[in-house]
Amino acid sequence: MLTRTLFAAALSLAATVALATPQIQHWQTSGGARVYFVEDHGLPMLDVAVDFPAGNGFDAAGKVGVANLTYGMLTLGAQGLSEDDIARRLADIGAQLGGHFDSDRAGVRLRTLSNTAERDVALEIVARILQQPVFPEPVLAREKARWIASLKEAETQPDSIADKAFDGAVFGVHPYGWHVEVADVDKIQREQLEAFYRSHYGAQHAVVSLMGDISRAEAEAIAQRLTENLPAGGADAHIPAVMIRIQPGEQRIAHPASQSHILIGTPGVARNDEDYFPLYVGNYILGGGGFVSRLMNEVREKRGLAYSVYSYFTPMQQPGAFQIGLQTKKEQADEALALVRKTLRTFVDKGVTEKELRAAKQNIVGGFPLRIDSNRKIIEYLGVIGFYELPLTYLDDFTARVEKVTAAQIHDAFKRRIDPDALATVIVGAPEGTAK
Amino acid sequence: MRVHLIVIALLLQFASVAQAEIHERTLSNGLKVIVKEDRRAPVVVQQIWYRAGSMDERTGTTGVAHVLEHMMFKGTRDVPRGEFSRIIAAAGGRENAFTSYDYTAYFQQLHKSKLSLAMKLEADRMHNLLMSGKEFAKEVKVVMEERRWRTDDDPHALLFENLMATAFLQHPYHNPIIGWMGDLENMTDADALGWYRTWYAPNNATLVVAGDVKAKEVFALAQRHYGGIPAVKLPQRKSMGESPQLGIKRITVKAPAELPFIAMAWHAPTLRDAEKDWKPYALEVLTGVLDGNSSARLNKVLVREQQVAMDVGAGYDSVARGPGLFVLEATPREGKTVTDVETALRGQLEALVRDGVSAEELQRVKAQVTAGEVYKRDSVFYQAMQIGQYESSGLSYHAIPLALEKLQAVTAQQVQDVAREIFNDDRLTVAILDPQPLPDKPKANPGAAHAH
Repeated sequence: MLTRTLFAAALSLAATVALATPQIQHWQTSGGARVYFVEDHGLPMLDVAVDFPAGNGFDAAGKVGVANLTYGMLTLGAQGLSEDDIARRLADIGAQLGGHFDSDRAGVRLRTLSNTAERDVALEIVARILQQPVFPEPVLAREKARWIASLKEAETQPDSIADKAFDGAVFGVHPYGWHVEVADVDKIQREQLEAFYRSHYGAQHAVVSLMGDISRAEAEAIAQRLTENLPAGGADAHIPAVMIRIQPGEQRIAHPASQSHILIGTPGVARNDEDYFPLYVGNYILGGGGFVSRLMNEVREKRGLAYSVYSYFTPMQQPGAFQIGLQTKKEQADEALALVRKTLRTFVDKGVTEKELRAAKQNIVGGFPLRIDSNRKIIEYLGVIGFYELPLTYLDDFTARVEKVTAAQIHDAFKRRIDPDALATVIVGAPEGTAK
Repeated sequence: MRVHLIVIALLLQFASVAQAEIHERTLSNGLKVIVKEDRRAPVVVQQIWYRAGSMDERTGTTGVAHVLEHMMFKGTRDVPRGEFSRIIAAAGGRENAFTSYDYTAYFQQLHKSKLSLAMKLEADRMHNLLMSGKEFAKEVKVVMEERRWRTDDDPHALLFENLMATAFLQHPYHNPIIGWMGDLENMTDADALGWYRTWYAPNNATLVVAGDVKAKEVFALAQRHYGGIPAVKLPQRKSMGESPQLGIKRITVKAPAELPFIAMAWHAPTLRDAEKDWKPYALEVLTGVLDGNSSARLNKVLVREQQVAMDVGAGYDSVARGPGLFVLEATPREGKTVTDVETALRGQLEALVRDGVSAEELQRVKAQVTAGEVYKRDSVFYQAMQIGQYESSGLSYHAIPLALEKLQAVTAQQVQDVAREIFNDDRLTVAILDPQPLPDKPKANPGAAHAH
């Protein structure tokens, strides 16, 4: 939180809806890493994130899984530190080490007490992990075996089967659609991890986010230290273009589960797209707004056909999936599917009402303070703003961007992006006799 | 260990500040109001905790606590169906509810200026709920879908449901929170209404408000909105226990899966007297020694060194209205069996009972507890949640800082003693997932076939 502003707000007795957004400081390290920092001394703790364009979208054809395993192995051995040393030394000071991995980004997350005694130890370990990972051969063999076992398990579970078939149908040969197979993991070699690390974990595309109880000078020194001995890098930081238009298709996959798991979608929108806000607000009305969305109202509230039904966009460097999902008992799956399709078609054809739009804005704008009410949430925003090079004023502008969205913009954006006649549909646990 | 001492000093300072910010008042109708002031962000969370969970249900109507939770969103005379959620959404709020064995709780998170609105709505449905047969019939179907999704089609959830039903023969923890499917099929709106009339009352609830608020103003608002709701005569609560087990219990659950899985659960005490009890604190520390970080004993030995397991974990919760379980769970590595894993787990427990824990391990767990206490303050919601859980479990929120002191005071001897007592086969239930192949397993799909 921005302490100064909040203090001011607390002193004024008027119940204003003043939106105190965190003040983001930004600079680059000498190696070119972009740094995003919010100084806040409210709690004696520090959150750190370091991200690289090294998600599974950067896997090369024929080497699927290398990005993920490189990321997974980072914390399992660094020069002079075994995997146990890393875990034990961090636990000794109460620090928490985690990570983030998606189609675009790979990186580490650290939460530590901000006292120098703890902080310095924790940051030194993170620097070592990022700069001198060793990918020990025996650990790699073990992790490959564990991954293979979990892949085999995933192949038996309806939600995992559905995700895999859906991504394949939506993204085809694009890396966003690749799912790792057992054979892919089998053939991954240590040298491939090292090579991927050297080319994708360079400082020039690194994003360092810092949130918490340190000064600007300390933040500068930390960012410098975390990125000073990173590998040369040099890999392209761009994901290949996604084919936006797909052929419609419906896959029905048999499964003994009592419910059908249904996914419907198409490539959606990229993070930097002008359509992002109209689509975001529109999707709140369609299926993003919890209990008050159209999908929830039609499928659950009016008919009791499902516990959960939702839609969302996944804004990535390239357009990630627009996805509708639900689970319903097999016998009524076709009824629910027809209803969802009809709801979507009406939404795309007719757009939203002024009343719906007003309600959506009230929720998104009125709920903005909840998006930035903790260090955890703020540092996640820093990571996104930094990685996708959104304006530093992204949070300051957020509510105004939402307010500016019109019903016509939503209608137009959905019409251009979502063709109800060209969607991929996956049904796992398809009604008896309908699976192919 | 200098580092450690600094952390403790910092923590104690913190704990006292934290305590000072909690205020409490009980309205004349018996509603207890607890306020945690936290001005870091201009937001507030309201949580209302009813001391009625699935453990208060009767045979034949299991799941009714949770079904009623769903029905609480279906409207009152003044706030018709769907309006509650629409009003909260229009106020920029987020809302939901959760049911556990021990309690049912409802919450809204909003800008601090909207607290009065949330209170007005929550107070209204505390005593004005409309129960329509038509709405009930639809909603119980939703709950059945929830059960299929959460339990019936999830092999591990199914295993734990069976484990609870086996470990507890008498105590109502025997029954799943979501209810048995047969009971859901037979449930009526009258069952739900009966539940509501029995338990939903100010004198069976705790209101927790946390965030950028002033306690005095919250008390005034609570008096205004909740103060007029009459108390009701609550049924006498019967004390429910579990007779000593008469020997080890073993069950097998078959479900579609690839990997087998084992869970071992020992009956264990929970906190009753936060000042005098020591075993629950020792068990919390023991959990940390076994599974507090990735270099803790179970992962280090079973996953990394012996490579007998793919994943392993330990779980224990000291805060509950009813009796506790200490649970170990593991997935065997390919080529290993659940028997291999059970043997390895037992080996670790024997070593613990025989040799105890090192000072270093003990200190590590305590350092994590200490830091966790600072980190927890990053979430207003979680802080309110913890207060609600303690209060609903018959402990007071005063036990929260006390537990912190007690955890720091746990000795290696106590950990060893409690391990010796608990890890006894006469307290143990072992549940094994026997994975069943899919009838016609879908072929691996390279993904490219259906697009473009």
